[in-house]
Amino acid sequence: MRREDLGREWRAAEAAWAGLSAGRIFALLLRQLYLYRRSLIRSLEIVYWPVMELLVWGFLSVYVGRLRGGGALAIAFLLGGMILWDVFYRAQQAISVSFLEDIWTRNLVNIFVSPISAGEFVAAMLVLGVMKVIVTGLLLSVLALLLYTFNLFQYGLPLIPFILNLLLAAWAIGVITTAMILRYGQGAETLAWAIPFLFQPLSAVFYPVTVLPAFLRPAAWALPTTHAFEGMRAVLSGSAVPWNLAGWALAENVVLLALSAVVFARVMYIARDRGLLLRLEG
Amino acid sequence: MIGAGGIAISVEHLTKRFGALVVVDDLSFHVRAGEIVGFLGPNGAGKTTTLAMLLGLLLPTSGRVQVLGLPMPAERQRILARVNFTSPFVSLPGNLTVNENLTVFARLYGIPRARGRIAELLDRFGLAELRGRSTGRLSSGEGTRLGLVKALLNDPEVLFLDEPTASLDPDGAERVRERLREIRAERGTTVFYTSHNMQEVERLSDRILFLHKGRLLAEGPPGDVLRRFARETLEEMFLDIARGGPAAS
Repeated sequence: MRREDLGREWRAAEAAWAGLSAGRIFALLLRQLYLYRRSLIRSLEIVYWPVMELLVWGFLSVYVGRLRGGGALAIAFLLGGMILWDVFYRAQQAISVSFLEDIWTRNLVNIFVSPISAGEFVAAMLVLGVMKVIVTGLLLSVLALLLYTFNLFQYGLPLIPFILNLLLAAWAIGVITTAMILRYGQGAETLAWAIPFLFQPLSAVFYPVTVLPAFLRPAAWALPTTHAFEGMRAVLSGSAVPWNLAGWALAENVVLLALSAVVFARVMYIARDRGLLLRLEG
Repeated sequence: MIGAGGIAISVEHLTKRFGALVVVDDLSFHVRAGEIVGFLGPNGAGKTTTLAMLLGLLLPTSGRVQVLGLPMPAERQRILARVNFTSPFVSLPGNLTVNENLTVFARLYGIPRARGRIAELLDRFGLAELRGRSTGRLSSGEGTRLGLVKALLNDPEVLFLDEPTASLDPDGAERVRERLREIRAERGTTVFYTSHNMQEVERLSDRILFLHKGRLLAEGPPGDVLRRFARETLEEMFLDIARGGPAAS
């Protein structure tokens, strides 16, 4: 049998097993939950860093609010931007760092010789991202209310489309980051932390797109995160829900998610062709 | 379901190249159901590469692999649900307890009544007292035995083992060999394993496959192979081959 035929056979096998098993996805989630229960450092990770960021950005927001031209809206924009950025960042981290943990603990081969599919492996990481975001998002929102009387909950439902879009973007970026680590090995692990920040300057997290130089704006609008943060500011300033921004973000996310699926599938094929799964554990 | 003629593993003209380097070169062999087969060869002979192709971790450049009558990688998930693997060179997350790690893998393999199965296997491998201990705090021998427990969770029809007794003292290694013989006798499990411990291979294997530079150099029951190569022990034969002596040609 020729190599091309085997490749086709492989892809056919992956497609045939596209149906995901909830039991196997739950097994991988259970492992993460055990890890959080067992490791104080890991539990602090979803509390410590977000809370530290909230304290710094919260006090900065209070200061900016007191400046001439500042005010309650400045506090809302900065704190809202910080909390929603953390939603994006933590969800992306949940995916790429949980993959790195399997490399660090030399457990990757054990996982991939079990009957789990690549789709189930990714699905477990995505669900973990959602769980992390719920915990961190709620914690930060409650603390922001207590410390800075910034009530994110009062904006309620209108913010949901933008938070969901950030989650979708985080999934796509997390999957692409994981694929890069798989492709280029542990030397590329710093990408897990670096790639989200590549998006931050253009995503207009803490300032509107109009602040950016004109030549950068098209690139900014090409990112779903930019639409989400612009939408957040519109909601926080009391405007009606800007559905056009939510729609654009969703459309761009669909493209980004499709791209991430293609990249991951391609890298998995390369990994199995070149033995990268074995080398990662070497 | 075993393959035609009771064949558990069938490899035909298997080749793996990495660029210009041929690591496995037109390799063909069969393993019958219920056999214990030692897969031997010096470092770099292609054993790990072959094992990785049998487990679907690596795609062959050409050739055909069938496990339990099913083609790998086309039926990868069906095959992997019915086989298992362990190696002292892979490990389970150290900050989970023994029981937590096994529970996760029992769920990954969809094992019914997992709690009872885990307790039975821990008892069998002398790890029952350690079920609540962090895996990272186990000795290397205990870790190796835990790997074997993980590999037996799904009552595999084929057990792939990479150096199963590498980090065990002679007593521990003999106990593991006894367990493997028991499991084969009770369940008819096929065992396909690599080892650098030639005495162990002589004692445990029904048959050996000796790989050298990616090609099958010798195949058969250990006694037959030794007679054919006019050697007293497999260790002598191994050293001769590894050092490029007459047996290597």
